[in-house]
Amino acid sequence: MIPLPAPKQDVLQRRAAIVAGLRDLLPESGLISEPNRLKPYETDGLSAYRMPPMAVALPETTEQVAAVLRFCSRNGVRVVPRGAGTSLSGGALPMEDSVVVGLMRMNRILDIDYADRCATVQAGVTNIGVTNAVSANGFFYAPDPSSQLACMIGGNVNMNSGGAHCLKYGVTANNLLGLKIVTIDGDILDIGGHHLDAAGYDWLGLLTGSEGMLAVVTEVTVRILRAPEGARAMLAAFASNEVAGACVDSIISSGIIPVALEFMDRPAIHACEAFAHAGYPLDAEAMLIIEVEGSTAEQDDLLGRLSAICNRHDPISLKVSQSAEESLAIWKGRKGAFGAIGRISPDYLCMDGTIPTSQLPLVLRRIGEMSAGYGLGVANIFHAGDGNLHPLIMFDANDPASFHKAETFGADILRLCVEVGGCLTGEHGVGVEKRDLMPVQFAPHELAQQRRIKSAFDPDWLLNPSKVFPLVGPAAGPVLSMAAE
Amino acid sequence: MQTHFTTEQLRDPDIASSNRELRTCVHCGFCTATCPTFLLLGDELDSPRGRIYLIKDMLETGRPATEDVVRHVDRCLSCLSCMTTCPSGVNYMHLVDHARAYIEQTYKRPWPERMIRAALGALIPNPSAFRVALAGAQLARPLAGLIPGQGMLSQRLRAMLRLAPASTPSPSPIERPAIHPAIGPRKARVALLAGCAQQVLAPSINEATIRLLTRLGVEVVIAREAGCCGSLNHHMGQHDAAMARARANIEAWNAEIGVGGLDAIIVNASGCGTTIKDYGFMFRAEDAPLREKAERVSSLALDVTEFLTRFGYTPSRPAPDLTVAYHAACSLQHGQKVTADPKTLLKAAGFRVVEPAEGHICCGSAGTYNLLQPAIANQLRDRKLGNLRATRPDLIAAGNIGCITQLGGDTLPVVHTIELLDWMAGGPRPEPLKN
Repeated sequence: MIPLPAPKQDVLQRRAAIVAGLRDLLPESGLISEPNRLKPYETDGLSAYRMPPMAVALPETTEQVAAVLRFCSRNGVRVVPRGAGTSLSGGALPMEDSVVVGLMRMNRILDIDYADRCATVQAGVTNIGVTNAVSANGFFYAPDPSSQLACMIGGNVNMNSGGAHCLKYGVTANNLLGLKIVTIDGDILDIGGHHLDAAGYDWLGLLTGSEGMLAVVTEVTVRILRAPEGARAMLAAFASNEVAGACVDSIISSGIIPVALEFMDRPAIHACEAFAHAGYPLDAEAMLIIEVEGSTAEQDDLLGRLSAICNRHDPISLKVSQSAEESLAIWKGRKGAFGAIGRISPDYLCMDGTIPTSQLPLVLRRIGEMSAGYGLGVANIFHAGDGNLHPLIMFDANDPASFHKAETFGADILRLCVEVGGCLTGEHGVGVEKRDLMPVQFAPHELAQQRRIKSAFDPDWLLNPSKVFPLVGPAAGPVLSMAAE
Repeated sequence: MQTHFTTEQLRDPDIASSNRELRTCVHCGFCTATCPTFLLLGDELDSPRGRIYLIKDMLETGRPATEDVVRHVDRCLSCLSCMTTCPSGVNYMHLVDHARAYIEQTYKRPWPERMIRAALGALIPNPSAFRVALAGAQLARPLAGLIPGQGMLSQRLRAMLRLAPASTPSPSPIERPAIHPAIGPRKARVALLAGCAQQVLAPSINEATIRLLTRLGVEVVIAREAGCCGSLNHHMGQHDAAMARARANIEAWNAEIGVGGLDAIIVNASGCGTTIKDYGFMFRAEDAPLREKAERVSSLALDVTEFLTRFGYTPSRPAPDLTVAYHAACSLQHGQKVTADPKTLLKAAGFRVVEPAEGHICCGSAGTYNLLQPAIANQLRDRKLGNLRATRPDLIAAGNIGCITQLGGDTLPVVHTIELLDWMAGGPRPEPLKN
């Protein structure tokens, strides 16, 4: 288990006054403080880590967020921002002495500007909600994390989320034009606008991926793009992970940029097929989902060239989707992949490392060896084109030894990613999960510089405590304690 | 997800079953996105994942249900949209059913609520009693506006009077226990669930079903001693009453299987269909003869549109130049996963079929939900009607009496799918379309 800082005893002692003070700032039913109603807020998508907060605030406006943060700042209370609570790195894990600020009620589309091709939405709009708001007019929002049905745009900004289609369109950072943020002092700042390249320092670049530690995002202006004329997916099945990995490397190095290039291994193929009935090749050890888009002629040309590359790697089968329904099922399986693992294992840890694509065959082989060594199953599902790995380590949370092994295994995979020239996280963020691996990636003076940036925004380190930075210096509490048994 | 049940607790078959579902849940949160109450209320506690967590905690600690837990579980529509969304295959229906029965056993509701729930559980499943109650409600309808206050009790009384129809159709003789022979050579023999509330509110639905099926060469049996499927009681956590009603049906239909065999048990109210298809699970802990009979009933149960799709349906009238907005009842699309059949049949019958945005979101009817949670139910109805109207249809078709009542009374006629299919195959024009 990753240790968490001890709660501030003085804050816990003032609990009643803090709850009462917050209640005055929020609409009726906007504050939760009863212990059994706090429990469902004790965790997010990384359910091995749990800690019920002191209170949950559900503001409906930016002004209410500002009032809550001002109050917390004056009272020395830690704040944990939360969107849909789908983080796989424990990014929304509360602390015992913290107030969770849930942005789920801020779910309105504020403005759609087709002339300048952008949309302004509140932080609690779901990722798919942005696309749904503009799809009737032939537009879409490009970054598409697998949890896009549920995850919220504020969280996407804070974790710089990616997705299957980011190979062509880039991640959240590349699709962002403006933000409204609230600082821990309760100041409301507008950054950027309806145009590329915001004025001054690159605030957007700094805040994107800052994991809720610099400010609370309440509104987001994103780029919306014209939807392509059409898209088609191809399934390529292979006899081993390494061969599929080598095929990915050949595709990327050929210069073709498919709109998506996804990898699934045998356990993943079987679990997802049971959920989506997409016609995945059940006889394969590994499968690639390769999607191209554009006019029919463009699709045909690309699929022909991609098939030729795949054929050089002795595929077991190649199949091009023949209908919109078939493509939908193919993506339904891929997007539901993490949850579908729930069909074959009660619990999983979803890793999120990124490596240079040329290292794929080596890293996949090493993961297979580690899996055998630890005696824990692994399902590999990832954005292969980006080199963004998501090995899912299967374990049994009712068995503490199994969880410990899974965490050690996961850390080994991430160390391997750094070793081959990659990094700890592609899109899930560091959160609490990868916090103590940061020194593997960064030298002490590099971490110190990052800490200085955090301190400039949040001098008392109240925003999203215990995430990203190892618990030394300002991130440490007085005593270390364990989050869960 | 990790669970904390003792070996002792896991000996209880209900706890063991819920533990399996909780262990299948990986807490990914996808379900929150398609939950109607999370959409409206924006609180994890009013989402499936939040409720699962509340239920988990309640069952693990073994403590009596608290008011907080009851409030959030009561707000669940049981629309089962979360089950369509869940990639892990968690059976939320069985979890929430268990929680409702647990709440009923361990929590004492305030007396007005106990009275209302007891009355609904006793009256609606009994057609003659329900008819008398509706007559009373019709007399009291003009007084709805005089009920003061915004308390839950006042809201519920107003909702009951508003949802009571202005007049109740006379009982249909066709629904008495009887055998309706096939017209021409008999090609199949089925039992039809005559149901409870539906035969009081809209006897035309069973009439159309029997007319259409017999015309197609199907013998239709209304079994003696069969009645309400038990859903109404089941969804209010009234476990014993639900089991008694289910058992009566299981015995009645098995008797009918013994007499002349049954090719299917036809259900034309999808809320009931979801429950009948679950009889096998509900009676899983019973001894062999009853358990096997329950399984047999569940395996024979089909929504009427599923049956027609397999059996074959052809219209005899020319296409009617009407646009039908198909409203997918949650019990049909999420509970039974019947999605394409009704639309395919309506198209085959010659209608233009359109579908509303947010088709996966509940209309707020949800059994007795619109009576017990009127504020949320009304918001969902308005949202649904808005989406339906946006498709500019001539009428709305649905496969569940609850939705038909909930969406009725607006300017658009709402008709059961089977009435439209019967009409196009030689039956009379449905009443709501006769002006």
